[in-house]
Amino acid sequence: MNEDFILDICDLDISFKTTAGNVHAIRGINIDLEKGETVAIVGESGSGKSVTMKAAMGILAKNATVNSGTIEFKYENAEGKQIVDILKKDKRWIRKHINGKRIAMVFQDPMTSLDPTMTIGKQLMEGLLWHFKMSKEEARQKSISLLKEVGIQDAEKRMKQYPHQLSGGMRQRVVIAIALSCDPDLLICDEPTTALDVTIQAKIIELIKKVQNERGISVIYITHDLGVVAKVADYVNVMYAGKIVEKGKINEIFYDPRHPYTWGLLSAMPDLNTDDPRLYTIPGSPPNLLNEKPGDAFAPRNQYALNIDDKLDPPMFKVTETHYAATWLLDERAPKVEMPKELKERLERMKKEAAEYGSEL
Amino acid sequence: MAVNYNDKPLLKVEGLKQHFPISKNYTVKAVEGVSFEIYPGETYGLVGESGSGKSTIGRSIIRLYNPTEGKVTFNDVDISGKLGKSDKKMLRTQMQMIFQDPMSSLNPRKKVGDIIGEGLDIHHTYKDRADRDRQIKAILAKVGLAPEHISRYPHQFSGGQRQRVGIARALIMNPKLIIADECISALDVSIQAQVVNLMKDIQQETGAAYLFIAHDLSMVKYISDRIGVLHLGHLLETGTTDEIFSNPIHPYTKSLLSAIPEPNPILEKNRVSETYDYKTSGIDYNKGTEHLVSGSHYVKCTDEEFEAWV
Repeated sequence: MNEDFILDICDLDISFKTTAGNVHAIRGINIDLEKGETVAIVGESGSGKSVTMKAAMGILAKNATVNSGTIEFKYENAEGKQIVDILKKDKRWIRKHINGKRIAMVFQDPMTSLDPTMTIGKQLMEGLLWHFKMSKEEARQKSISLLKEVGIQDAEKRMKQYPHQLSGGMRQRVVIAIALSCDPDLLICDEPTTALDVTIQAKIIELIKKVQNERGISVIYITHDLGVVAKVADYVNVMYAGKIVEKGKINEIFYDPRHPYTWGLLSAMPDLNTDDPRLYTIPGSPPNLLNEKPGDAFAPRNQYALNIDDKLDPPMFKVTETHYAATWLLDERAPKVEMPKELKERLERMKKEAAEYGSEL
Repeated sequence: MAVNYNDKPLLKVEGLKQHFPISKNYTVKAVEGVSFEIYPGETYGLVGESGSGKSTIGRSIIRLYNPTEGKVTFNDVDISGKLGKSDKKMLRTQMQMIFQDPMSSLNPRKKVGDIIGEGLDIHHTYKDRADRDRQIKAILAKVGLAPEHISRYPHQFSGGQRQRVGIARALIMNPKLIIADECISALDVSIQAQVVNLMKDIQQETGAAYLFIAHDLSMVKYISDRIGVLHLGHLLETGTTDEIFSNPIHPYTKSLLSAIPEPNPILEKNRVSETYDYKTSGIDYNKGTEHLVSGSHYVKCTDEEFEAWV
């Protein structure tokens, strides 16, 4: 284990008790994050991206059971370095010491994550008053400087306004300001730009990047937009049906993907040069985790599936020191399988474009 | 399908204005004089940020709103004024709409068969019960659903399947124009591709035209023959997909195009997107007139601006 880690999720396994039965939502996840890094978690809805992060925040729903695993979080306080296992702490302790103060979260829809009956200022000051026992005036000053930091003009006037008086992009800026208010070490962004337009999306991403550079904090992005991932991430984890199917450095995932699901994701999103008559699609839809079947969960949708995929879940195969993928295609006994032709052409095109910026691949 | 641009346009929108009076002194001017045409079998993409009026245009055309000003001609019939009975029937059958969120646009208490068959029921376009079922099942098969889905409720479907139901509901009347209002925005990437392919197949088969409203530019580029860029109710630039993407003239179009994140990390990390702010740009949309750039490529601006940009 690296010395510099800040968050280390190890063999996490979570299921939900529902009226229809047990839903095995997370099936053994490993993620580690170093200080100052950006990790992206990519996957379809229902793949377990948000549940993983909620576990790290200690805000899982009541019907969730953690079957196994640890989530270690390292932070510094007056007594020096501390390492805690978030899953072993009770909710009150997490509320007091972790949530908002050391790990902060930005949610998808700013309209529902802000309280419509409270002014912006009050919502901003709430965390400061609670965690740091600041005086009201101090908190007010800090809030105004935070609003300025996230690029909101006439901050003083905005402090007195309500969320409905702001535009969507502005609201998301306020949410980010609230998340940053207690100087967290880790910022979790759960689809921060999905509800926003492209132009505003670009601005919000640039803002998060700027804040990250200035403060040196770590960021976890949860998203299904590969374009956003390409812009921000250092490392990428691709999730499918509660498992990480491929992980690696950003360039490894985008220029040398190994898992058929990653191929599918990359091909399904048209870039601006796509002119094939049909888009590549991943056939079928994600599995229902209520009825677990043996073998690889992706096998029914995988045109490259091998016989063994129906019987045994593939382990993580090592591609390079940092790049792993869970597919039997990487086993030495597996037949040689090439990625789809269209994707290959597209990767060549991407590499050519990238080469214009003088980067070696 | 090749589109014949020498044909008469299927839909012609001229100087459409849509205002919403809020109070005595305040009117929201959602759409300010928009003109464009859609030809039979063509896909016209409308793009712009939220609040730019793209959905309003779609809703005004299909007469969910009453247009304040302007003329909309569909099938050689003026549909912007008061509608006669036969015109109304023509409009309600020949033009259909697919909505953004399939969960909220499908009645949760109705079976899928009844949702799809509602148009048939209203216009009495079937002989008997068996004929109705046969028509519904044929449409279900066309959008990739099974015949037994006819007696299920919307909540029993996944997001992608629900949107297929929405498409089936639009298709059952055999429309000439389908207005797709952000119909893939609420879906996952892999499902989006499935729905887009389905829409393309349907166009091949039935020759329907689409008005495709979206903010995802890479999808719009992929599906559209021509594109219109909308901002604050003004149609700033319109042209074929190639013309817009290879030679954007208006600074807003440029900023919109540069904001699309591409799935190419090295490129993305080195690129800074252009910013555009209407207030500080010094451009007054109200003063602009249409200028021809080339072919079917028009941009809305004043003469001086046109000189400076081209």
